[in-house]
Amino acid sequence: MKQITAVNDFVIKFANINGSGSASANELFAKSILRMGVPVSPRNIFPSNIQGLPTWYEVRVTEQGYLGRRGGVDLMVAMNPQTWKQDVAEIEPGGYLFYDSTKALPKSAFRDDVNVIGMPLTEICNATYTDSRERQLFKNIIYVGALSALIGLDADEVAELIGEQYKGKEKLLKPNLHALQLGRTYAQNHLQCPIGLTVKRANAVGDRIFLEGNAAAALGLVYGGATVCAWYPITPSSSLAEAFQRHCSKYRTDPDSGKSRFAIVQAEDELASIGIVIGAGWNGARAFTATSGPGISLMTEFIGLAYFAEIPATIIDVQRGGPSTGMPTRTQQADILQCAYASNGDTKHVMLFPEDPHECFEHAALALDLADRLQTPVFVMTDLDIGMNQRLCEPLVWDDAKTMDRGKVMNFDDLESGKEFGRYLDVDGDGIPYRTYPGTHPTKGSFFTRGTTKDRYARYSEEGPVYVDNMQRLLKKFETAKSLVPKPVLTAAAEPARFGVIYYGSTSPAMHEALETLAAQGTYVNALRVRAFPFQDEIADFVATHSKVFVVEQNRDGQLKTLLVNEAGINPAGLIPVLHYDGTPITARFITGEIAARVARLNVIPLRRTSA
Amino acid sequence: MTYLAKPKLHHPTLPVNTLGFTRRDYEGAVSTLCAGCGHDSISAAIIEACYELDVEPHRLAKLSGIGCSSKTPTYFLGNSHGFNSVHGRMPSVLTGANLANRDLIYLGVSGDGDSASIGLGQFAHSMRRGVNMVYIVENNGVYGLTKGQFSATADKGSKSKRGVTNRDAPVDLVGLALQLGATFVARSFSGDKAQLVPLVKAALEHQGAAFIDVISPCVAFNNHAGSTKSYDYVREHNEAVNFLDFMPVRETITTDYAPGSLREVVQHDGSVLRLRKIAEEYEPTDRIAAMNYLQQHHAKGEVVTGLLYLDPEADDLHAHLNTVATPLNRLGEKELCPGSAALVNINASLR
Repeated sequence: MKQITAVNDFVIKFANINGSGSASANELFAKSILRMGVPVSPRNIFPSNIQGLPTWYEVRVTEQGYLGRRGGVDLMVAMNPQTWKQDVAEIEPGGYLFYDSTKALPKSAFRDDVNVIGMPLTEICNATYTDSRERQLFKNIIYVGALSALIGLDADEVAELIGEQYKGKEKLLKPNLHALQLGRTYAQNHLQCPIGLTVKRANAVGDRIFLEGNAAAALGLVYGGATVCAWYPITPSSSLAEAFQRHCSKYRTDPDSGKSRFAIVQAEDELASIGIVIGAGWNGARAFTATSGPGISLMTEFIGLAYFAEIPATIIDVQRGGPSTGMPTRTQQADILQCAYASNGDTKHVMLFPEDPHECFEHAALALDLADRLQTPVFVMTDLDIGMNQRLCEPLVWDDAKTMDRGKVMNFDDLESGKEFGRYLDVDGDGIPYRTYPGTHPTKGSFFTRGTTKDRYARYSEEGPVYVDNMQRLLKKFETAKSLVPKPVLTAAAEPARFGVIYYGSTSPAMHEALETLAAQGTYVNALRVRAFPFQDEIADFVATHSKVFVVEQNRDGQLKTLLVNEAGINPAGLIPVLHYDGTPITARFITGEIAARVARLNVIPLRRTSA
Repeated sequence: MTYLAKPKLHHPTLPVNTLGFTRRDYEGAVSTLCAGCGHDSISAAIIEACYELDVEPHRLAKLSGIGCSSKTPTYFLGNSHGFNSVHGRMPSVLTGANLANRDLIYLGVSGDGDSASIGLGQFAHSMRRGVNMVYIVENNGVYGLTKGQFSATADKGSKSKRGVTNRDAPVDLVGLALQLGATFVARSFSGDKAQLVPLVKAALEHQGAAFIDVISPCVAFNNHAGSTKSYDYVREHNEAVNFLDFMPVRETITTDYAPGSLREVVQHDGSVLRLRKIAEEYEPTDRIAAMNYLQQHHAKGEVVTGLLYLDPEADDLHAHLNTVATPLNRLGEKELCPGSAALVNINASLR
């Protein structure tokens, strides 16, 4: 039978049952490979459930550093009888199936073209442990031990990681190390080791770090100076607020008084969350909320208020599959239009599109500055794929010389010196007015904030020209935003290219891999990664210099493409959507296939009838 | 005469408070509500309370939702920052503002539509969180701006101006506030300034969630026979349990009352509340007794007013969250940013 052979380049998938304690064992496995200097890219594929339903953990081992999802499975660790059939079917021909052979299965349960590795895990556990919970938890560590022998992991690296995990908890350390050794020894004695898939020590990780986007964004908010967080639990954003709480407890506790330099409120719903953020922003604190698409829907009225009343607010949208409750545990980039235009009336909002946890950190901190500078809501558009998966990325950096940009705020001395204050007066010609915090001066600088129309001095007015004046200034302010948001990043092809591709956010790693594959096939494509809305001129220029531009997105309707046409004046005829929206992360295989097929069609030169 | 602007000049002999402000300094723009509206009396009571308490106008922030009542912050404290937010959501905006700067006084003004219907959730959660604020509901049982629909506080069986009978049970905001943990709960009547002003003063000094339900008749849509929120009905059915004299910390107590009819409560900040008891058996520091008393009298059709409940040991959301004494909006990089050295260690822990 064919056996796939690969060194440092394969996909292993763990099929588990939610709540069985497999997550930490699987993470241990992935990190062990990283410690051997080989990049990995793991992804949780999980249901909306606490216990009992199937859950998967897919690890791509990739010395080349392709961190996107590859597609296909080379080794399946099938620990869940419920999903046996689909798990077995998913294995590539010549791949491997590792399973618990305690209970004999009929021959029909297997495939002829897959290499089967059985290990009586339950039997081993039952013989070793008496407590049922221990039997369950250590089964996971035992299979990690067995796998370490099967694919040639360095046992010392695994043991060291376990040591770090249980540092100070010696009671747990020993039995975990024991279970690991139990699995490894069994495999060495009873199974053919190694199989065709092996990990070989390399030096391809460098100083990169491994963390989830939600934890990184939360850290960015700590560094950026957010002091008020209001949130409502919603997958896949909940871990962001929880990480903020963790980071704050560590870095924001006053050492003398033991008191908190932050306030976190788990609100009663998303409406209250954004209301609290707006109240805090109005009163001069840096405030944020973290949510997902359904939460944005609920916040929409308030977002319109913040736009029109010009109040800073930072909103981290960890996108998931929609519409409505949609696919809560799957990934999409499908909130682009909803966030761009959130609210009734004419509104436009600033959005940032981080590609990985490194940028989640950067953009979260930047969003706080932009919100204050522009006095408006700013969205950080991350997604489940970045937010809830650990991803290898560049180390986080911070410049200690950097200060918070609190924007245009008049203080007591400004007011006292007689500077003219008009809350909605465009003094500097950039559309951004000055504001005052409540409590600044006894007789000067107070104003009334409202969602209804007002004049340049914040006085209520329903006069048409006054309304238009204000709306025009808001447009000017949005124009100013273009010069403040991150510029797009160009990846030029090695050869002159007719075609371009525009992409953003979590599509990045799959896109980069696809560009390499396409180039190897002789298809050269220039790529532009959009990092923010409003769009700078570079984006329209990029489209103008290519005969066709693919727009790769993870939604059904080509939402960024619509926005490009609407807001950057781009001719839609020049844009070709490449759309992936089944809830799984986009793959390089998908992008390569789609682009290659379309390029082939576009390169066909139609036959012309020659005139007589 | 709402189209006439108020004269800006003050008469030189107008009395001033210890800050040197006249009552006029606590006023706002001219009201655009209907002549005789109960809400204007409440605005006047707020002005009087702030004047008498020597509140620095700029150290108070006034917030509201949407509706007739929510328009009123324009009509008082013209030197204070104000925020007319969205319908039913004032409590969350106020909560956020309070988190940003714990040093200011927060006055939330809302109505029965704003707080008992669309905003019932936010009303409830701001009470249970113990946000340090004065939350006044100007309660008329009717939607005025949209012309006379019942609100959720309209009593069952009461009649609208068009003659429609309300079949739904009313939301009792006072009962809810008590149940949800508000630490200062009062009810009053816009037509009773003598009762209302001391209540507002005491609420302003209270360091916790202070709620005042003020029955405030709507002269345009809910002041007819068959309404239970009309001037006549409330006057006939008003059962005051006490009358409050509010004593700020610095004032010496001089007033004398007959023994037995007086109840003194010292608040956390040292201020003294002197309650002249009207209902002898009423015990304002017993939450459960207050709830029982209110329900019994409500069943008899009586509108119980006065200081209904007070927790003298009240604390607030900042105490629950253990936040630093410095307002969060004044913290800078030094206090907030862990810096690059910490980041080196964080990076190292993620490899």
